[in-house]
Amino acid sequence: MKAGQNNLVIELRGLCKSFGDNHVLNNFDMDLLKGQNLAVLGKSGSGKSVLIKCIIGLMSSDKGTIKVFDDNIPDLNQYELDKIRVRVGFLFQSNALYDSMTVRENLEFPLRRHWIEKEKRNVNELVMEALENVGLPETVEMMPSELSGGMKKRISIARTLILKPDIILYDEPTTGLDPITGREISNLILKVQEKYNTSSIIISHDMNCIKIVADQIIMLIEGKNYVQGNYDEIRAVKDEKVKQFFE
Amino acid sequence: MKELDFIKSFLEEAGDIARFTGRFFKECFKPRYEFGEFLRQSFYLGYKSLGLVGLTAFIMGLVITIQSRPTLVEFGAEAWLPKMVSISLIREIAPVITALICAGKIGSGIGAELGSMRVTEQIDAMEVSGTNPFKYLVVTRVFSTILMIPVLAILADAIALYGAYLGANIHGVVTWKLFWDQVFETNGYSDIIPSIIKTFFFGFAIGIVGCYKGYNSKKGTEGVGRSANSAVVISSLLIFIIDLVAVQIIDALGLT
Repeated sequence: MKAGQNNLVIELRGLCKSFGDNHVLNNFDMDLLKGQNLAVLGKSGSGKSVLIKCIIGLMSSDKGTIKVFDDNIPDLNQYELDKIRVRVGFLFQSNALYDSMTVRENLEFPLRRHWIEKEKRNVNELVMEALENVGLPETVEMMPSELSGGMKKRISIARTLILKPDIILYDEPTTGLDPITGREISNLILKVQEKYNTSSIIISHDMNCIKIVADQIIMLIEGKNYVQGNYDEIRAVKDEKVKQFFE
Repeated sequence: MKELDFIKSFLEEAGDIARFTGRFFKECFKPRYEFGEFLRQSFYLGYKSLGLVGLTAFIMGLVITIQSRPTLVEFGAEAWLPKMVSISLIREIAPVITALICAGKIGSGIGAELGSMRVTEQIDAMEVSGTNPFKYLVVTRVFSTILMIPVLAILADAIALYGAYLGANIHGVVTWKLFWDQVFETNGYSDIIPSIIKTFFFGFAIGIVGCYKGYNSKKGTEGVGRSANSAVVISSLLIFIIDLVAVQIIDALGLT
């Protein structure tokens, strides 16, 4: 099965990435299907964030193929990469909201870059729709510094959603949040997936979040796709390296 | 070995800045052009620096006039005060001091702003949204400094000369008309134009160094501080080097 056909939207084969002698990804293989929520679980520093940064082209891989839809990311020029990026949203661990802009300007920024809607009224409608999706329409004129951690995360999700991407990459969406807010964000991820039928890769080591959102889980251990399955299948694995995540 | 490491890292950094500058020239001619951000930056970098530059220029004009007077009086050349002070201010002091103040205020501001955007992944966020962050953040800021430093230097010239006029009247009497007649009699286009031309290069140096340091900031918040600091140090040094080269060129062209 090839990416772009038969519901396969991302296909990674033999992906390698090293930093000096530290081989964080070592022949990593992965498939993401349309509408699937795939969680990648691993220790801190195991290469989870590197993996999704390679997928979006923020980092170059050393070896291997990264097919998103029909395109191999390492082969694309800047223009082709930008076209793919419109279809792939990315939620940063630090939220990465532009702190010199209001919430409205943060959400308008990707729209204006792509000239998706030139009419001011339509831009406003899209901004408000995205904010209503995350339950924060009242924050539209606020600055990021006036928002709480959970609100920033929701606004960041709204900014990711505004281009209506087919795939969303979540980099540790619940890190730094209290358990209640973390659960709310996890439910929001699920709601977004159901509403827009997006495919998602969720990087996390928060088992509560993974339990709520993930259809499939990949354990990233020693740079490889160590084991893959649904929550119950992974939980039943006897391997010590896997079991320690559930203790 | 430490000396070798220092030379190696210096040459590497020089190479990186050269590559960064090359990328600037490559990107600045390609659409899409970010006019809105360019105007916004020009407002912030220019208008917001006007108070500081204006106050410094006024004090500079006043102090130089007061301090030059006794020497000229000693030689019986008091009448030359407006001529001597104006030529120093227009040719050298106002452009260089303006550039140094802007290196401190604007250069460090750009370095810190882009540095913090780098470490909080805001630059990466622009990139994944399909925006070219180099064009949006770097090209606009460098063009703004290229445009605004000459404007600020011209205003500094005028304000410093007004300070000089007040300074000349503290211990003597120089009428408004006589002062300005002497200023314009002494300073021709060959004095004003070269001094304005070099401020474009000062502006370029401040913008490109600030952006380079901020854009390539590393190591978290500590790196942001270092970016801001080294942006000021390097751009200040470059201002003196550019000034030195400019004086040689002006001298060679017979414009002195």
